[in-house]
Amino acid sequence: MTEDVFTALADPTRRRVLDLLAEHGYGTATSLAAELPVSRPAVIKHLAVLDRAGLVSARRHGREVRYVVRPEPLAETAAWMARLAAQWDARLDAIRALAEQD
Amino acid sequence: MQDSIEREVLIRAPIERVWEIVTTPEHMGRWFGDAGATRAGDVITMAWEEHGEAELEIVREEPPTAFAYRWDANVKEAGRTLVEFTLSEEPGGTRVRVVESGFAALAAPAAVRDELREGNTRGWEHELGDLERYAATVAV
Repeated sequence: MTEDVFTALADPTRRRVLDLLAEHGYGTATSLAAELPVSRPAVIKHLAVLDRAGLVSARRHGREVRYVVRPEPLAETAAWMARLAAQWDARLDAIRALAEQD
Repeated sequence: MQDSIEREVLIRAPIERVWEIVTTPEHMGRWFGDAGATRAGDVITMAWEEHGEAELEIVREEPPTAFAYRWDANVKEAGRTLVEFTLSEEPGGTRVRVVESGFAALAAPAAVRDELREGNTRGWEHELGDLERYAATVAV
């Protein structure tokens, strides 16, 4: 079962996890839990949701599992939001043109 | 990811006129849709020649300053977003601010991913093109 990018990003703790991973390059459940107001098991659950959404990937490194951000889904989502914003620009332009004619 | 899109424009026209254009079906059918719009109660049905219809459920209507509706036209079956228009009088005209929010709660993985993967949705491209042409003709 794949998790949706939007659902994964709806949670503020998960957004913070992505911020921390991006900031440090990588992180482990233990290192993330040290910087967040949630427990290590909770961090593991959040990482699992992000992993299913394709937003992070895990790699075993000796005895620890390191997580890194996968930027592709974020870039796609940002591009989609940018297109929606461009549509609003066009609609507002059309409203202005209508209101200012005469 | 951001949850909302915010845009605004300053229009050199009285607030009552701008309100009428933003909120009435006869005008919405021109700047928003391209094949007309009809209203029944709190629901406005927008039509596009290329990609069918969308229903807007009006949730706020306080002339001439606040107009808001929910719709699902961005990604069909992914859930609805909230669109809020705020009009305010300024020296020289009317400021229109639009905020579309609720993207973080959208949930229909397949539909959203298809939309994202497509990267360049044909229907929307058509709509944008139509709007630009329309804006150009009425601006003259």
